[in-house]
Amino acid sequence: MTGAIAEVVGVRVEAPGGALLDHVDLTVLPGEVLGVVGESGSGKTTLALALLGETPPGTRATAGRVTVAGTPMLHVTPAERRQHLGRIVAYVPQDPVLALNPAMRVGRQVAEVARAHHDRRDETIDTRAMRALRRAELPGDPSFLRRWPHQISGGQQQRVTLAQAVVNEPRLLVLDEPTTGLDVITQADLLAQLRRLRDEAGCGILYVTHDIAAVAGIADRLAVLYAGRVVEEGPTSTLLSQPRHPYTAALIDAVPDPRRARGSAGLPGVVPPVGARPSGCSFAPRCGLVERLCLDAPPPPAHVGTQHRVACLNSERTGSVVVSAPTVRRVSTPSPRTSPSPANTLLVVEDLHAVHRTRRRQVVAAAGISFSLDRDECVALLGASGSGKSTIARCIVGLHRPTAGTVRLGGTILGRSVRHRRRDQRRRIQLVPQNPADTLDPSRTVGEQVARPARILRRRSARQAVAEAVELLDQVRLPTAVAARRPGELSGGERQRVALARALAARPEVLVCDEITSALDVSVQAVVLDLLADLRTELGLAMVFISHDLGVVASVADRVAVLADGRVCETGPTREVLESPRTPVARQLVHAAPRLPYRDVADATSVS
Amino acid sequence: MRRLSRALGPAGGAGALAVVVILALALVGPFVAPHGAAERVGAAFVAPTSEAWLGTDQLGRDVLSRLLHGGRSMLLLSCAALGLAYLVGGAIGLVAALAPGPVETALMRPLDVLLALPPFLVLAVLATGSGRGAVVIVAAVGLANIPGIARVVRTAALEVSVRGWVEAATARGERIAAIACREILPNITKPLLADAGVRITTAISLVGTANFLGLGLQPPLADWGLMIAENRSGLLLQPWAVLAPALCIAVLAVGVNVTADALTQPGRRYGGTPAAIEGGRQ
Repeated sequence: MTGAIAEVVGVRVEAPGGALLDHVDLTVLPGEVLGVVGESGSGKTTLALALLGETPPGTRATAGRVTVAGTPMLHVTPAERRQHLGRIVAYVPQDPVLALNPAMRVGRQVAEVARAHHDRRDETIDTRAMRALRRAELPGDPSFLRRWPHQISGGQQQRVTLAQAVVNEPRLLVLDEPTTGLDVITQADLLAQLRRLRDEAGCGILYVTHDIAAVAGIADRLAVLYAGRVVEEGPTSTLLSQPRHPYTAALIDAVPDPRRARGSAGLPGVVPPVGARPSGCSFAPRCGLVERLCLDAPPPPAHVGTQHRVACLNSERTGSVVVSAPTVRRVSTPSPRTSPSPANTLLVVEDLHAVHRTRRRQVVAAAGISFSLDRDECVALLGASGSGKSTIARCIVGLHRPTAGTVRLGGTILGRSVRHRRRDQRRRIQLVPQNPADTLDPSRTVGEQVARPARILRRRSARQAVAEAVELLDQVRLPTAVAARRPGELSGGERQRVALARALAARPEVLVCDEITSALDVSVQAVVLDLLADLRTELGLAMVFISHDLGVVASVADRVAVLADGRVCETGPTREVLESPRTPVARQLVHAAPRLPYRDVADATSVS
Repeated sequence: MRRLSRALGPAGGAGALAVVVILALALVGPFVAPHGAAERVGAAFVAPTSEAWLGTDQLGRDVLSRLLHGGRSMLLLSCAALGLAYLVGGAIGLVAALAPGPVETALMRPLDVLLALPPFLVLAVLATGSGRGAVVIVAAVGLANIPGIARVVRTAALEVSVRGWVEAATARGERIAAIACREILPNITKPLLADAGVRITTAISLVGTANFLGLGLQPPLADWGLMIAENRSGLLLQPWAVLAPALCIAVLAVGVNVTADALTQPGRRYGGTPAAIEGGRQ
């Protein structure tokens, strides 16, 4: 394509076990946003690196070329690459906490990047840095420049990395999951700002993500990456309304949407790892439309419309059949509840106050929170980060001591901390923590950890507890062989399922889930939500579900309590709150939730 | 065995081998020594001969025999001192990490005072107060190490104590001791091991120095530290009487350090599977 800012032609990146990327062809036009979508392990970070002219340690680019603004990026000397980075292509990393130097003031961090491409004595450097910060919509005043990274919010930190990227006015901006870890409101702000930045600066943007909904509102074109190959590519509207590859269709179906009552559909399984990829189509093992021909050779990409390419032999059937594809499981619709009935109430939180004390100051996390939970009901606590959600969860399980207020379980007031609760009280409420990376003890096997609660809380013998653990792993749809593994060998979704199994080992009545899917890929998230819904019906669990994501909340919760600044500002049945939010906070959250613009909502709700 | 050698790597393997050789020398030595530790075999400061391979010392005793006899006491004293220090310091550090507030202050502040005292002052005071000997050395070297160990353990444990799995254990009501031993201790071995490498070396040299200064073990006992002290007057006449024990101490110290370094390399040992690295995002 002529006039392209970035061209990727037939790129193959090889690791010792096999190819991380193979036959990748992509172009980015000036002023265009190309969204690259794929799950963990699909090769999207490798692709982002390839555009910077880098390959992951231990791998080599063995075929193809990458050109940005006419400059070849692969196979150049490190000195040349340093010249290109920032000027021709710039990178915005996934985690700003890791990308920013905690011991350098914000202003200087941006100026340092400018200095790399200008004379050290150049007097325009500071004005350049100010301009970049303003362009990233951060206050460019001297007091902001003097802040340290820990003194600004997560969204602002991400904007600082954005300012670093644009300070040298690159032709192509590569963003790697820039909104993962941000709450929906901050994410919506950042995406809107990227749109303005693109219009203003006229640079091309390559936006890499696992969340097709996040990128849908900003990308002009989408490319779907699976197991190192582009399986579908086309204009965003076409791709979302008429996906022709079963994988694209499944990814779209996995996105929870507040407007759909029936919830999302999970895509079980994982991307086959390098070295274990089938000789035919790599998606075949997870595909509902698989045929004999699919297993012979990877299907070649074929044009199915203007600028719309797809690598699937069955692309004609995908559009019509995908809704009933066998790999796709439906989450049952949460039964609508109008109001809590007092006779059936299980958990009551009344006028809860809690603070966080740091050395110098005190932050109010909860200022008079009240809500109740019925037997086999799911109440969602919805709020942006910093609204006090996690602290409330910790107060309920007794890990954080509230300054005032009570938590009642089945009519009895619970002790303020775990130490003041009886064993049976501890057993009845179980917490599933947020971060799959540290929910599990890395030095113990999964089996040991899942067995432990039964021993401590239910006084089972060691043998009995281990036997139960195996059953529980089966219940959360993990192979029993997982019991002998350590958490380091599991994926994030698998670890989160182990954490669920561990909570279930106590035979709880209330499950407190603290953002349990926020660190997972959308497709994995759908599988976990699916599992939660099944467990609720099987075991009759009541659930406090904490989230900042409306789509997720819509698919699991019966009622919603919207939190802001440690207060409940709105509560009601999920549908009601999502369809007609009454308070500004709730409206803002509903408005900011990423959703797929081209989805046929009427049709989606009528199925199920 | 294969797992161990993979965990160590080539450099660590060499270090571990050095440690094993010195340990074997010290433990088996007394049984294979050609002469008794106090037995005179000839004139003082005789250079190595076919009879006495490392020559004789200032009293005409066989240096090789004394070398083989003299490792045991040094290793035993160092191990006892460090064992005591890790037991006391580790317990204090863990409790301080898990019980912040007044308990932590009550435990940690006295240790800061102890940390401010030079170890030899402690040793000298103890030696004057209760006489010289093995017990004093163990107590002094132990005391010198307790504050440092407590601080390292506390810092490492604090970091781990806010992790999800520890919270889960707290929430199910595990006892403090169970949380400390089951949930925290196995996950802070890396920083502890890195610290222990340096600590073992300094403990060995502290024990050696104490004996050298005559504050600990007394002649005619064979001990590497004592041997260096006794024979330094004849360093020019018969250097082996000093060099041999010094070399043993040095090899042991370096070996311990290299081994500890190898074990704490990132990517080796715990969870160092490729899956764990690839799964970094989650």
